[in-house]
Amino acid sequence: MRWRRWAIPLSGVPVLALLAWGLTRDAHTIPSPLPGKPAPDFALQTLNGDSLRLHDLTGQVVLVNFWASWCLACRAEHRVLLDAARRYGPQGLRIVGVVYEDTRDNAQQWITERGGDWVNVLDVGSHTAIQYGLFGVPETFFVGRDGRILYKQIGPLDTAVVDRWVPRLLAASPVPSTTPLPAEPYAEGRSEGHITAGGAARRD
Amino acid sequence: MNAFLGHTATLVALLLAGGGAAAAFIGGRTGDARYVAWARRAGVAVFALVLTAFLVMERALVAHDFSVSYVAQVGSRTTPLFYTIISLWSALEGSILLWALILSAYTALLVRWSTHRYQTEAGPDSQVPYALGTLLCVNVFFLLLISWPANPFHLLNPAPLDGPGPNALLQNSPFMGVHPPLLYTGYVGMSVPFSLAIGALLAGRIGPDWTKLIRRWTMVPWTFLSLGILAGAWWSYEVLGWGGYWAWDPVENASFMPWLTATAFLHSVMVQERRGMLKMWTITLIVSTFLLTVLGTFLTRSGVLASVHAFTQSPIGPFFLVFLALVLLSSLALLAWRSETLESEGRFDAALSRETAFMVNNLLFAAFAFVVLLGTMFPLIAEAVRGAKVSVGGPYFNELSVPIALLLVFLAGVGPALPWRKGSLELVRGKFRWPTIAALGAGIVLAVAGVRAPLAWLTFVLAVFSAGLLVVEFVTPTRARHETTGEGWVLALWRVVSSNRRRYGGYVVHSGILVIAVGVAASATFRQEEEWTLRRGAAAQIGRYRIQFDSVWAVKESQRDGVIAATTIEASGQPFGRLFPRLNYYPTAMEPIGTPAVREGLREDLYLVLMAYTQDGQQATLKAIASPMVGWIWLGGGIVALGALFALWRSRGEAARRASRPDAERRGGARVPSEALR
Repeated sequence: MRWRRWAIPLSGVPVLALLAWGLTRDAHTIPSPLPGKPAPDFALQTLNGDSLRLHDLTGQVVLVNFWASWCLACRAEHRVLLDAARRYGPQGLRIVGVVYEDTRDNAQQWITERGGDWVNVLDVGSHTAIQYGLFGVPETFFVGRDGRILYKQIGPLDTAVVDRWVPRLLAASPVPSTTPLPAEPYAEGRSEGHITAGGAARRD
Repeated sequence: MNAFLGHTATLVALLLAGGGAAAAFIGGRTGDARYVAWARRAGVAVFALVLTAFLVMERALVAHDFSVSYVAQVGSRTTPLFYTIISLWSALEGSILLWALILSAYTALLVRWSTHRYQTEAGPDSQVPYALGTLLCVNVFFLLLISWPANPFHLLNPAPLDGPGPNALLQNSPFMGVHPPLLYTGYVGMSVPFSLAIGALLAGRIGPDWTKLIRRWTMVPWTFLSLGILAGAWWSYEVLGWGGYWAWDPVENASFMPWLTATAFLHSVMVQERRGMLKMWTITLIVSTFLLTVLGTFLTRSGVLASVHAFTQSPIGPFFLVFLALVLLSSLALLAWRSETLESEGRFDAALSRETAFMVNNLLFAAFAFVVLLGTMFPLIAEAVRGAKVSVGGPYFNELSVPIALLLVFLAGVGPALPWRKGSLELVRGKFRWPTIAALGAGIVLAVAGVRAPLAWLTFVLAVFSAGLLVVEFVTPTRARHETTGEGWVLALWRVVSSNRRRYGGYVVHSGILVIAVGVAASATFRQEEEWTLRRGAAAQIGRYRIQFDSVWAVKESQRDGVIAATTIEASGQPFGRLFPRLNYYPTAMEPIGTPAVREGLREDLYLVLMAYTQDGQQATLKAIASPMVGWIWLGGGIVALGALFALWRSRGEAARRASRPDAERRGGARVPSEALR
């Protein structure tokens, strides 16, 4: 009979454990439906007016970087991209910037001011952003030689993230896309202190 | 200067609260009055210091002292003064400061109230210092938060020249000045009955006097909590532009769960007072109420759950978890330890009695609280068990809560109509005759009038039935008095209700709840919604309204830009006035925030939202919602508040009795029959 009495306070323990576990989670992160999937293809106009199809780049390691000139975090990130292009470009890294909700003029001015010789495409109508399940900008998808997304960065990139993933992707030998997934599982990261937009939006 | 002053005040308050709590427990244990006196002084000093910190923060906000971190976070030179003042509670740190202020004010009130209660004829009463010590411990926790992880008084050097201003949603409506303080006064106030309960458990005595006290100290925060929840619903309705007022959001649930358990407590405590039954259950309810306030705050402030109100990831989560663990485990252990002293004295005599009604009521409220708790926590549970992200939406909550709410509507009238101990069928038949006829009549009229939604129909019928029973409770004694004394009807009614304020105040609260239930059922069931894109001069129809879009223009204000649309409304062919919904652009918000134009009325609200417009002003997209009887919800809230106030107000006779017998309440035990009827 006595033990039963003490069962009451003990019943609180699993609840507390659950809450403690909950603290380690981020409720706002929704896992992307793209784990290990082929990167959705797109054919978009570049800032110069040419056309670019993502699947034409299969066999190469590609960073698909969504950005906009009105995005503050993208400014800091641009330096990281410049650095990545300088160090990994010669080894075959391709960067594709996707301009999100912005005009050609703004994007062109940004490149002129900040440099960067990689290709940028305009996502008119945000159809590509929707296909990629974008939360906001910046977001970057690391696409391997087989055309699959292996890592997704929510928020600005930093050098450590680039150095963790890019060499690994570059080292993988070109494989046809029918082979099983690489041993390295799909991953997703979020930069510290990154605030995604839309926090105030209410359901209807 | 402000930063230093504010931080120092909170630190000293923290030390004093800690010292005071220790002194209170020592004083309670040893019976040494000097320690207790120190604890009491500390309680008052903590209030003075937190008030100082609060005023310093207000001064810093109003003076735009951006060297204070919190001002730099929520202040802006362009924000109007009113919103600058209320921006104190527009972000995490400030809201905890408001919390601490209200908590310390309650502490000072408890100190003042207990002035003559510690020293009794039978020696020192250790319940008083134990309760004060417990409340000071709660103070320690919140002061710890604002002195460390949620410190709003960090000194910024160099100070920024300007700040972003408060969250755009929060500076879009004056309701933000009312809703958080009301809600917090209710929410935080639940610490007091909790402390009194813990004090009684520690002292090992739960007499009828103490029960009465806890009830009184619960009534006050309960009233504020009710009003705070409704004010929040009203804010949501007036600001968010979706035409609704409740969405089962985790933060809404966090305020609603303690309300449910506190309401259950206010009922079960009557059974305990009257019959000495349900002691363990009653005290569990009041402890749970406080636990749910802490849990609710944890869930919504730590980032564990996603919610509209959730503040961004904050470092206070682990602190709250530790606090919750301490409170949960220690109070449950205390309950287990004292369970023998909480044995029931009375027992149920008959199935048809007010005790039974109270029991059912309590089961329903507890089930309701559990349903809400489960739904709120479910995303977390599901992710822990299955690793899947799920969200629990309105359908779950609605399906489970509507039947419970309907039964409660039924009981709101039936409970008061049943006598204590044992009801006879004769009596029931007599009391129930007219209300039953009225309900049946209403049911037929509604069905003929075309009310086809079964749940809404049932709500209306049950509400009429319960309201009828409540009316009988007022009419029968008034008529008896009128007939025996010859007093006029109004005077007789007044004499009757003021002879037992608690009882009739309670019935007024019940009728307010019935009004709310009718408003909720009508507005949820018969709401119409339309959205059109109109050219200038064109009109569209919703229900009986014809809405014509006249023009749209831009305005510039210091803190925001706005776009206003003008519309002319006709109702059933008659001119109905003009409505001006607007969109606001704040520099800090990515998306525009609307101010819907609402034409409120008891019969129906017409709610108009400007969704979009073309740059040339030739076209606008408007959303119109016609919700019947939304106003009843706010009206019902007012009735609830009036009833609660009436019940709390001490009648002149009672005040005189208390003055002549200062310690009568504490003696408890045997009661004079006349009092037992109260």
